[in-house]
Amino acid sequence: MSDIEAKDKKDGELRSEEFVINMGPQHPSTHGVLYLELRLDGEIVKDCRPHIGYLHRSCEKIAENRTYIQFMPFTDRLDYLASMNNNLGYALAVEKLLNVQVTERAQYIRTIIAELNRVASHLIGIGTFAQDLGAYATPMFYCFRDREIIVELFDELCGGRLTYNYMRIGGVQTDLPAHADKFIKDFIKYERQKLKEYNELLTYNAIFLARTKKIGILKQETAISYAVTGPMLRASGFKWDLRKDEPYMIYDRFKFDIPVGKTGDSWDRFKVRLDEISESLKIIEQAIGGLPAGNPISKVNRVFKGPPGEVYMRTENPRGELGFYLVSDGGLKPYRNKIRSPSFSNLAVLPEMIRGLNVSDAVCVLGSTDIVMGEIDR
Amino acid sequence: MMNLLIGGISVVGFISLSAMFLIWLERKISAHIQNRMGPMICGWHGSLQSIADSLKLLLKENIVPSGADKLVWSLAPFFVTVPVVMAFLTVPFSKTLIVRDLNVGILYVASITSICVLGIFMAGWGSNNKYSLLGGMRSAAQIISYEVPLLLSIVLVVMEAGTLSMQGIVQAQEQGWYVLKPNLAFAFLIYLISSTAEVNRVPFDIPEAESELGAGYHTEYTGMKFAMFFVAEYTNLVVVSAIATTLFLGGWQGPLLPGLFWFLIKVYGLVCLSMWVRWTLPRVRMDQMMTFAWKVLTPLSILNLLVSGWWMVR
Amino acid sequence: MDQTQITQTFNQQLPGAVVEEQSKFLVIKKESLLAAAKILKDSELAFQHLHSVTAVDRKDKIEVVYHIYTYKYRFMLTLKVYLPMTDLTIESLAHLWQSANWLERETYDLFGVKFLNHPDLRRILNPDVWTDYPLRKDFNRPDFYRLPQTEGLKAA
Repeated sequence: MSDIEAKDKKDGELRSEEFVINMGPQHPSTHGVLYLELRLDGEIVKDCRPHIGYLHRSCEKIAENRTYIQFMPFTDRLDYLASMNNNLGYALAVEKLLNVQVTERAQYIRTIIAELNRVASHLIGIGTFAQDLGAYATPMFYCFRDREIIVELFDELCGGRLTYNYMRIGGVQTDLPAHADKFIKDFIKYERQKLKEYNELLTYNAIFLARTKKIGILKQETAISYAVTGPMLRASGFKWDLRKDEPYMIYDRFKFDIPVGKTGDSWDRFKVRLDEISESLKIIEQAIGGLPAGNPISKVNRVFKGPPGEVYMRTENPRGELGFYLVSDGGLKPYRNKIRSPSFSNLAVLPEMIRGLNVSDAVCVLGSTDIVMGEIDR
Repeated sequence: MMNLLIGGISVVGFISLSAMFLIWLERKISAHIQNRMGPMICGWHGSLQSIADSLKLLLKENIVPSGADKLVWSLAPFFVTVPVVMAFLTVPFSKTLIVRDLNVGILYVASITSICVLGIFMAGWGSNNKYSLLGGMRSAAQIISYEVPLLLSIVLVVMEAGTLSMQGIVQAQEQGWYVLKPNLAFAFLIYLISSTAEVNRVPFDIPEAESELGAGYHTEYTGMKFAMFFVAEYTNLVVVSAIATTLFLGGWQGPLLPGLFWFLIKVYGLVCLSMWVRWTLPRVRMDQMMTFAWKVLTPLSILNLLVSGWWMVR
Repeated sequence: MDQTQITQTFNQQLPGAVVEEQSKFLVIKKESLLAAAKILKDSELAFQHLHSVTAVDRKDKIEVVYHIYTYKYRFMLTLKVYLPMTDLTIESLAHLWQSANWLERETYDLFGVKFLNHPDLRRILNPDVWTDYPLRKDFNRPDFYRLPQTEGLKAA
């Protein structure tokens, strides 16, 4: 008789123990190489410890060994689903350091492109979320179909489909192609129709509601304390969007709403993303309508020295607030480039949300946070 | 004896062909739902894809996990596949095409298919993989729960037909399909839902739950053993559809065409319905599904049974 | 709201805490960090959002940089603390702002700044067995990486 059996006999009841399950780093729904150490009691998650770093490339160290311009392609690889937004954030930070003015046309183009990328990124967020809920690939394919149109435009614009390296310090790489105006307008019309379809397929589907409503509630105070930003913060009912509240670039010229949730559950996070798509479409529509003529191409020297000092620039990325903290000592390369990535803080709050839920719900909540590991590990 | 042998062999042949066809069909249907083309390379519109796939699976290495309980692990695929094949023995394909018309036919089918859960649990347990174990546990709970409303809806048909023989039930529907009667139509609905859970398909594919458990109970299986699970899954689908056809849709009966055709049309119609659902809906959660089985479906089917019984003896 | 207001608050409530004031940041004494953070968070300034924690290696010292934000006044405060290379310890802010937990872990991982009273100070991005701090300026990049062999690996 082994010790365990002896113990069973003594207690007179069935011995039960916690069940540790290693979810990831290779798992269909951990969105990359995230490793969650789940402690389960039956199927109830007692505790969760995220382990990150599998994609750590030390971008910040690389930045110290590259000139300002050379680091631009590396920003693509942070949040690879929203490369344009990363490009934009970095370009704005360097421009702030150099005190460079950007032409009107370049600003409009940047806005259009950044918002298009936001739409593309949210589409993936929605699609993968539905996939995590077990809707076998269908919503995912629909979202990728729509994203494909945006990616095609970007492909034509800069030759890349995932990592664009399109923004330049002081402008953009190339002007919009001649037919872009019609192309984007068509896309807006098309996408508005499709959003209605997504509402029918997912948003008000009874099973979808049962799986996401009241699951993984993130209270507003918790969200703020964990420095959660972006759609997750807004889903908790906090109306905060940098584009509206601290407008950078030309966002103060456009009319759009900030969608907010009520309870901060998974459904709210999903709905906020879905609504943000239509708000972004509004911005794109206004921007493409008021696109001024001019030259959007950068006039900044290829080689320049950053003036000594430091800047902090944050922008509203699809996943939250992306910040670049640039410290310059007057050399060709930045002395320090700190990247404050939104997903990093958004993931930190995950254990708070999934404690006491089912494994299925844990997957659902993880999907609703819409994290990108490239940005977390940097 | 000879008849039985020939019947058995033809059933096995039918099953393998139909599973291959269904795998191809499912891939095509899902592809068209999702704006894709699906398999297009092997044969006309990828029609030989399943043959290529089964060849690949046959030639694959059979990997046995070092921590597995080898006997349980190796036996599991058979426990899943064999009962499904055996269930076909009493399914009437047409007036004459039936391997053995047992006088307890429906009882036999119901009992033999419930062995499958043992195989699934064995697979989950024997793999010595936490995900598989969770899958196996979920599967056992799910199938046993849904067996109850499933059988209760079958009982209603037996009450109506007054016989347990499958052929007898088909013949009893000569006046009109059972699905056209209100109480039996309700039973048909319950049967459809419970059978979807019984064969682990979306929205009740919780034991496999790809996004949660990897692949659930068959995570550790490779090669031919995996193929057996795969074949069993699709054959199970055909079995429940065939039973639904026999019990509620008048079996092989129908005008003009020979019985076999009518039978296959109805069966594959139901299969396509299940595929359509699969590629549209998200998955429900374990506890939600159990609640649905015990608090909604079971009371409703008991109520249905009582009311219909009262109506009959009135 | 601007930085002078915060400097005034500090000067009133924590005299001598502010070491240096520049147009973009405030430098405070290491000992008064916790008190200063409490004032920022709990007073009516309402700095609820600890946006980022990081460090800059200045070779002779390490600057720990906090970006703290107030949603009420919409102001981002950059707070710095200078740590001499001989004593890289600083009080943790994790019990004031939950976000500090991971952000401080990252700073510890990459710079080797030890946060006292931190609930769970482990490496976060690099493997636990690492001994280097990669974002320090004196970090030498090895040509070839090899993790120290563990017992399990040796046995295998």
